[in-house]
Amino acid sequence: MDSGRGFFMFLDEPKPLPHNYFVKEFLCGMKTKLVELKNISKSFDGETVLSDVSLYIHDKEFITLLGPSGCGKTTTLRIIGGFETPDVGDVYFDGVRINDVPPHKRHVNTVFQKYALFPHLNVYDNIAFGLRIAKVKEPEIRERVSEMLALVNLRGFEKRNVSLLSGGQQQRVAIARALINKPKVLLLDEPLGALDLKLRKDMQVELKNIQKKTGITFIYVTHDQEEALSMSDVVVVMADGKIQQIGSPTDIYNEPVNAFVADFIGESNILDGVMLKDYSVKFAGHTFECLDCGFAQGEQVDVVVRPEDVDVVPVDKGMLVGTVTNVTFKGDYYEIIVDVKGFKWMLETSDFVGVDSVIGLYIEPDAIHIMKKSEYSDMFGDYSTFSDEMDHLSDIISEEEE
Amino acid sequence: MKFLSRFYIFIVFAILYAPILVVVLFSFNASGNLSSFSGFTFYWYKDLFRSGEAIEALKNSLVLALCSSALATVLGTLASFSIAHSKSKTYQTIMKSVTNIPMMNPDIVTGVSMMLLFVGVALIFKLNNVLGFWTMLIAHTTFNLPYVILSILPKFKQMDKHLIEAALDLGCTPTQTFFKIEVPAIMPGIISGLMMSFTLSLDDFVISHFVSSPDFKTLPLYIYNQTAHEVKFSMYALCTLMIFTILILLIAVNLAGAKRDKKPTAKQRRVKGGAAK
Amino acid sequence: MMKNKRSAFERVASSPYIVWSAIFIIAPLLFVAYFAFTDRDGNFTFENILSLSSYSETFIMSLGFSLIATTVCLLIGYPLAYCMSRTSERTRSILMVLLMLPMWISLLIRTYSLMALLDNGGLVSSFLVSIGLPKLTFIGTDAAVILGMIYDFLPYMVLPIYTSLIKIDRRYLEASADLGCNSMQTLLKVILPLTTPGVVSGVTMVFVPSISTFYISQKLGGGSFDLIGDTIERQFQNQVTYHTGAAVSLVMMILILISLAIMNKFSDNEEEIIV
Repeated sequence: MDSGRGFFMFLDEPKPLPHNYFVKEFLCGMKTKLVELKNISKSFDGETVLSDVSLYIHDKEFITLLGPSGCGKTTTLRIIGGFETPDVGDVYFDGVRINDVPPHKRHVNTVFQKYALFPHLNVYDNIAFGLRIAKVKEPEIRERVSEMLALVNLRGFEKRNVSLLSGGQQQRVAIARALINKPKVLLLDEPLGALDLKLRKDMQVELKNIQKKTGITFIYVTHDQEEALSMSDVVVVMADGKIQQIGSPTDIYNEPVNAFVADFIGESNILDGVMLKDYSVKFAGHTFECLDCGFAQGEQVDVVVRPEDVDVVPVDKGMLVGTVTNVTFKGDYYEIIVDVKGFKWMLETSDFVGVDSVIGLYIEPDAIHIMKKSEYSDMFGDYSTFSDEMDHLSDIISEEEE
Repeated sequence: MKFLSRFYIFIVFAILYAPILVVVLFSFNASGNLSSFSGFTFYWYKDLFRSGEAIEALKNSLVLALCSSALATVLGTLASFSIAHSKSKTYQTIMKSVTNIPMMNPDIVTGVSMMLLFVGVALIFKLNNVLGFWTMLIAHTTFNLPYVILSILPKFKQMDKHLIEAALDLGCTPTQTFFKIEVPAIMPGIISGLMMSFTLSLDDFVISHFVSSPDFKTLPLYIYNQTAHEVKFSMYALCTLMIFTILILLIAVNLAGAKRDKKPTAKQRRVKGGAAK
Repeated sequence: MMKNKRSAFERVASSPYIVWSAIFIIAPLLFVAYFAFTDRDGNFTFENILSLSSYSETFIMSLGFSLIATTVCLLIGYPLAYCMSRTSERTRSILMVLLMLPMWISLLIRTYSLMALLDNGGLVSSFLVSIGLPKLTFIGTDAAVILGMIYDFLPYMVLPIYTSLIKIDRRYLEASADLGCNSMQTLLKVILPLTTPGVVSGVTMVFVPSISTFYISQKLGGGSFDLIGDTIERQFQNQVTYHTGAAVSLVMMILILISLAIMNKFSDNEEEIIV
């Protein structure tokens, strides 16, 4: 399997994560669930935002709620923070139901999307705010604020006016202001959304380090799948107010449960297939060996093949044969679109292939992932209408909406 | 074209200021009539302060303006808070329409209606001489309230609503949030509302005219009484003093405003300037 | 529960104002209506309203005066605001102070100073005599009263129009020029429509005080004028005829509210106040 490209590099770092999240859960079964949502539903003005969401979060975990805009991830976060009350369902914190506990009485702190730093207070007073409300003595406040400033690399910024700080610096102040209260859970609502790409990458690493250092549970909301995969212990993929899949980043990427997850996380070719028997699937007019079993004989399924998992071979050695219609240079690889009997595949290859050349496609059994049919099955097809620009546009739109 | 437009501006402003200049000039006129300027004197200024009535009226005006603007600001701030936070559209609409009434109504109707209220209440409770400081205070507070609310309400709207959530998140009760976060955020609106209502109250004549009694006279009422029958040059002196006070205050406020604008937003100004060119 | 708590706090915050506006904004208007529809013994009657027909001349004259004053203010004020908006930023800030200063000076003082200029022994008439023209009487004429309205309220017309002119994004003007408008067409097709809200608020700020004034007509009308404002003022100061005065006030208030409602249809930002 060839997955050592781009952001998937992160996945190749040795992680102490067990293969399957549910196995981990079984192993940790005795651990208390720190936050638990039970059958939460919520609607605004008759429009359902969350329907029957259940989720639990363990201590010291870095969990990410990932999904497109309007999927309900921010609402979920706000329910945990106490800014919204669920219409149906219960929220538990350390085993206690907290539906009716107002935000200022919860042991949870939030890093807001646009930081929400108090403009009339300087850096020091912003960070000290929570402690002052809790009537902590000034000498202790001084000590803890300087500890926090050190943690977020802002020593010497005490007297600065927050509105004159850069985005990254404001971000750090927002994190320090939340963390100083030693919350059991830190909620982060798209905290890096307003930063530029380079800064965002740096802050991702820094946030992860802060989380490790402090051992505080982070619940992180983002629509950026790359961010989610690289930072989280657990990723919760949401769409249309429902949880689609919960799992470790590797699980989510390698074993998406349905076409939505497969499409949303990374690039993927999603084809209609038929399970002939265990370990054998037929799609694109060819029968392939695979590693999946447990489906009924002749069951209609969705087949996912990642672009980087398809090898380009000479025509006579190919399992499938197609014509190259489009080639895009991506720096360390080429992204090519190949027309195989009318279905447009996306492939990534390090060797240049010319447009209109005819090539063979070779797919290893472990590159094939089989999914049950779902409501999302027919919504994601091939790459015939694909364009980078559109991708970019929809990103911008979703950012504006949030 | 440019010359024409400058000339036009000059002419209109000249006409606008001519009468004012005449008043200022003739307040120093020794002859005591309007047809000729016969010599420089401070006589009318001395004359003005001889009786002490003018000082009394000034004192009354200041006390009334301070009390009514402070009261209007407190009430208006709380009202704006509740309007801005209310989730009910109907409540917001009703409150805003009610607030608009004293602004839309001509002053004379506001004055007359308040007078009828006071007189009516006095009739019901068989009271005599209700008109005076308290009725003036009520009337001034009432006509100041819309201006306070309309200068504060937009500040609530402009405020990042996440600030409130952040404060709650950090352990503030809603009341603490109001005093520690919202009040500082809307402070510019509070100050401008306070200043506006202070000056409106100092300036008001029409409404005061209907709800006042001879025992409590403000400066505008004093001027009205003094100018009822004949030309009084001591009134020219008073007008001159008031005009210069206002001029100095206006320049001071403008300079302070310009300074405050310039400091943090050098960048914004550049952008603005660029767009204007 | 959290929601309830929050709104409880809001209710506490709003109750003083609700009580205040009920007693001192709504109730006085009800009193006006009550007095307008009752006679001296407190019996319900239409008499007061019906008796207003004898004031029809007053109403028409007031309306005519204030309409003329408003129109002249608009005709002088719009070009002035336009010219002001074209000057450099420095000049503009000085002109702003010059425009604001008269607004802060009490109307009493300004009317009084205009009287100083127009008075029978005043500067203008002395000047006319000195250059050999016949002695003219200004005080007591229609023109003097209308002039007083124009003079007193002109700044209130200029300021909102100026503000809306300043707010126009330069790019609209560039776009209009780019699309082939000459400067006259730009003025008519782009600038005028964009400044409608300013014009509406300027017209309101001149029309309402002119139609209800009594001070200007007392001073410059030489006591011989009877506008609506004078009628109301006299009836209330004499303390005998509250009922007719209330009826006049009620009718004027309704007329003004109707015309404001009509004018507000033309402007979309009614919430904005420009002072």
